Amino acid sequence: MNSTSSPLRVAVTGGTSGLGLALVRALHARGARIAFVARDAQRVRRVAAELPGTHGISGDIASKDDTHRIAMQITAALGGLDVLVNNASSLGPVPLALLADTDCEDLEAALATNLVGPFRLTKALLGALGAAAREGRSARVVNITSDAAVSAYAHWGAYGASKAGLAQLSHIWDEELREHGVRVMNFDPGDMDTPMHALALPDADPAALKRPADSARELLTLLELA
Amino acid sequence: MIAARTPTQRPADAKLLVIEANGGLQHAPRHRLADFLRAGDVLIANDAATLPASLSGIHLRSAAPIEVRLAGRASLAADDVHEFVAVVFGAGDHRTPTEQRALPPALREGDALALGPLHAQVLRTLDHPRLIALHFDGTPDTIRAAIARHGKPVQYAHLPAPLTLWDVWTSVAARPVAFEPPSAGFVLDWALLHTLRERGIGFATLTHAAGLSSTGDAALDARLPFDEAYHLPAATLAAIDRAHAHGGRVVALGTTVTRALEHAASRGLKSGDDVADQRIGAHTRLQIVDAIISGTHEPGTSHRELLRAFASDALLSRADAELAAHGYLTHEFGDSVLIAA
Repeated sequence: MNSTSSPLRVAVTGGTSGLGLALVRALHARGARIAFVARDAQRVRRVAAELPGTHGISGDIASKDDTHRIAMQITAALGGLDVLVNNASSLGPVPLALLADTDCEDLEAALATNLVGPFRLTKALLGALGAAAREGRSARVVNITSDAAVSAYAHWGAYGASKAGLAQLSHIWDEELREHGVRVMNFDPGDMDTPMHALALPDADPAALKRPADSARELLTLLELA
Repeated sequence: MIAARTPTQRPADAKLLVIEANGGLQHAPRHRLADFLRAGDVLIANDAATLPASLSGIHLRSAAPIEVRLAGRASLAADDVHEFVAVVFGAGDHRTPTEQRALPPALREGDALALGPLHAQVLRTLDHPRLIALHFDGTPDTIRAAIARHGKPVQYAHLPAPLTLWDVWTSVAARPVAFEPPSAGFVLDWALLHTLRERGIGFATLTHAAGLSSTGDAALDARLPFDEAYHLPAATLAAIDRAHAHGGRVVALGTTVTRALEHAASRGLKSGDDVADQRIGAHTRLQIVDAIISGTHEPGTSHRELLRAFASDALLSRADAELAAHGYLTHEFGDSVLIAA
């Protein structure tokens, strides 16, 4: 599954629901070593119990105080890190609101989860990713983005602006880290039938949406793991 | 020397004293560090992240408050997190200089320690009232989570505000296995890594569980450094081979890197996991490390003792005088020296 013989070491944030959970399941089925992060300690324990061998970590990636606590548990449990998937996301105001009706605090919360949190966690894990690259392993950061980062959808201002920031962060970091063997990429999973989508658009027909497992498989293909 | 009191890893005015094998001494701004390395050299850093190794709690038999500082473990294996060697302090905290910290209550084998969410037992006492081997209850995941949540980085009385983890992780910090920061690595940032690459200077890492630099207790400090587990990647040996093939030097970033590399060299320089248990000093014949970049260390400390393997006492004394005369700062966030053996 990788150029080296030992299993890929992957960390997934937002790993107890939606795309994150589908990714954790798919990676587990393929024999990867996995650490996943989520805020709700009970859900973390439940998923870790469902998928033996995975390492569940409770923490909030939007919290500065949690960043290094999360990072140290990831690298300690996995003995290093090859792939970080920054998947945990915040919609901003719920129900979705016009930008002019969006409270500053909701915009800041979206930025904290979707932009600053991934920046901090990636930075705290860059040492481990760089070490993996020096050892000839394929070191990657995948940031989960959205078409709302590119297209101007009314009501998606806080989410779209924060994801646009994340997408540009990926581009610049990829440019800077390529020489060190660490690649940073964006992945847009499409409109999926997830709890977050139900929060955003409660009236959407689930049957018309992608299954998270299908998006997870596409991401594994991108990572050459399928 | 004066202790650096601001926890800034790369102050704009940081200084570097270059101590040459021929006895030459040269002062430079530390941001010019790369100018003193040559194409073909390889710079080797310790990429250990620093654990929040200070755990406050209660010695249950006496109900006395204690501070436990984790100080060693047998291996770097991911799940080897149940047993640690630890130094125990009595009541008080880091604002009291360690030299004046109270002894812990008398510790006996089997004593229970409640350290926040962590439950531990004294496995063995180790011939000193402060030194024990302890065992944590729980699974590796719950132990790691509890240390992450409850632990604090080891603090220093000379710093005005408590250190956080981000203060003590280097730019290349990876696995959290150091008990105190491998602080020579504070000089590193990604701009320096870019410069090294541009100039054909190699960069490689090893992971070394840097132990406590001092305990404030003379009898214990005489036993430092404790045994330190390390991991030497095959890629780092390849980088050393490349340096040798190009006539370059092996430059160790810090005393921990020196100890690990010299230990590995004494065992035939193989990649993998081992435990450094040797002392390095004036009588050590260095087998692999050609130069060291280190903090400035005061005479009498175990770190300063290690520098004697790189330069004669006469040269180090001249260097000490220069450091003092030019106001170099010492301790974790202080200035640096580069010594070519």
